[in-house]
Amino acid sequence: MSSYILCFVLFLVGIYGILRKRNLIKIIIGTVICEYAVNLFLIIFGYRQGGHAPIYSHGADISNMVDPLVQALVLTAIVIGLATTALVVAVAIRIYEKYGTFDITRIRKLKG
Amino acid sequence: MIPLFVIVPLAVSFIIVIVGKKSDFLCDILSNLASGFPFVASCFLLFVVGSSPLGAVVYKVGGWSAPYGINLVVDGLSVFMLVTINLIASMINIFCISYMRKYTAKWKFYTLFLLMLVGMNGIVISGDIFNMFIFLEIASVASFALVAYGVEAEELEATFKYIIMSVLASSFILVGIAFLYSYASTLNLADLAAVLQEKAPSNVVVFVSVLFIMGFGLKAAIVPFHAWLPDAHPSAPAPVSSFLSGVLIKALGVYALLRIFYNVLGVNSHLLGVFTFLGVLSIMVGVLLAIGQMDLKRLLAYHSISQVGYIILGLGLGTPLGIMGGLFHLFNHSVFKSLLFLNSGAIEYSTGTRNLEKMGGLRRKMPVTSSTSLAASMAISGIPPFNGFFSKLIIIIACVQVHKIGLAFWAVLGSILTLSSFMKVQKYAFFGSLKKAYASLKEVPCSMQFSMVVLGIICIGGGVLILPYINSVFLSPAVEAVMKGLGYKCTVFSLLR
Repeated sequence: MSSYILCFVLFLVGIYGILRKRNLIKIIIGTVICEYAVNLFLIIFGYRQGGHAPIYSHGADISNMVDPLVQALVLTAIVIGLATTALVVAVAIRIYEKYGTFDITRIRKLKG
Repeated sequence: MIPLFVIVPLAVSFIIVIVGKKSDFLCDILSNLASGFPFVASCFLLFVVGSSPLGAVVYKVGGWSAPYGINLVVDGLSVFMLVTINLIASMINIFCISYMRKYTAKWKFYTLFLLMLVGMNGIVISGDIFNMFIFLEIASVASFALVAYGVEAEELEATFKYIIMSVLASSFILVGIAFLYSYASTLNLADLAAVLQEKAPSNVVVFVSVLFIMGFGLKAAIVPFHAWLPDAHPSAPAPVSSFLSGVLIKALGVYALLRIFYNVLGVNSHLLGVFTFLGVLSIMVGVLLAIGQMDLKRLLAYHSISQVGYIILGLGLGTPLGIMGGLFHLFNHSVFKSLLFLNSGAIEYSTGTRNLEKMGGLRRKMPVTSSTSLAASMAISGIPPFNGFFSKLIIIIACVQVHKIGLAFWAVLGSILTLSSFMKVQKYAFFGSLKKAYASLKEVPCSMQFSMVVLGIICIGGGVLILPYINSVFLSPAVEAVMKGLGYKCTVFSLLR
């Protein structure tokens, strides 16, 4: 149970980073922490206490296996997260070139 | 033939990466073929699905059956969305041939555009919740890059905001999927519905519903989650804005909400109450914020929020008539909002501005743009006989039918405010005296005119879709698929057997 609570705390840390930080890069790190918390959450409930790897061989005991499906899901989610993070960092660099700052309070040409 | 909706645009988008650098002409041809083919195929599928006894077609990926493998399901609702998405995509693609000449690297644009199309087609045909998530992310990532396409300061700022909010929405959706999987141990939509129905009602499903409303609601830009849309949609190039506003928010947001809540989790009166409340809130907030705008594209973006409110309101009523109104408005909004954004693109192409105060008297110089824009404006504000009138009328009648006069009142008020806002657009942009700077203005090139005229004709004649015989081909199968509710799983299982 404590692992779920710690995972939730990690998610809240990410949300805190997104909401409270003024630096673009720190906001991006916040989103990355959020994604990792979600991935970790998926992995945790796929885990079985004392379980073994889900490889089926003839005559093997299939009673106590770790859930392999969530690991496949997390792998996909990590790849998606990587693509998004790479794109958003590239955007942040271009924003720095245009505005000369990473401070979110000084990047406000859009209004209305 | 179902997987072709994903395979063809995906393959062509990568072929364009390889061969497109050499000639723009080749890009145009390939991209138009890749978006035209799914449109023809979806029209064909309309009849295949219509003539099949259960009103659905299933494809097993790799030959694996339901709970173990991924399956693609095309029922009335899916084919309705496919026709809408691919119709708009092919029209926008024709528009792009001339419009995108002012940008460098046309091939990059086409690649991203087709990837976005892949994502949307994929969401609509997928019968697996995690697959839906993957396609949603493909469409989202492509749209991030397209919003930032011009790499100017404002566009980058809007993109950053869009990406951060979208990533959060995706996290919420993934947490929701994780909870559902841990509770039901399956990811297939039909199987999920079957397992959830066997179990007793639980708070897990309520919590998952909240997560999905947040996640998909943010993608659909329903009001408390709308902040990214008025920045992101106007910043993109005009064809991309029209694709984003026209179909992306509906395929990613409205369709996913509809499919998951009606066919998998099951709806109840509390949930429908939330939908109608969010719908009315979106209608009023969107339209009130739109009235004061002087930037044409920003004004249109706020109207997207308001019109999605109508769709959500119609779907939230939960009666067959309300759902029919909602779906019909979804189709109509795709058509006229795409057309309005294409008009704004045509104006920007000729005059170089999107500020309404700097325009004036364009009617004489740009007759095609002006008349199609007038048709679309009348359609969006619900003037008979344009298509928007019929869908709004159906939604309002459905509100009255379930004795919710209050909702009907807000819907009518929203429509009147929409009309006033579009009167302003017409007055500033097309009527009045011509500015001196625009004396030598020309109408836009042929391909741009063509797609605007076709969409304009659909705006005028779209009302025929509710006539008895035509209705039974296009709209009512979609309504039946939604109203089947949890019967969705029986349909899919009996087809898989």
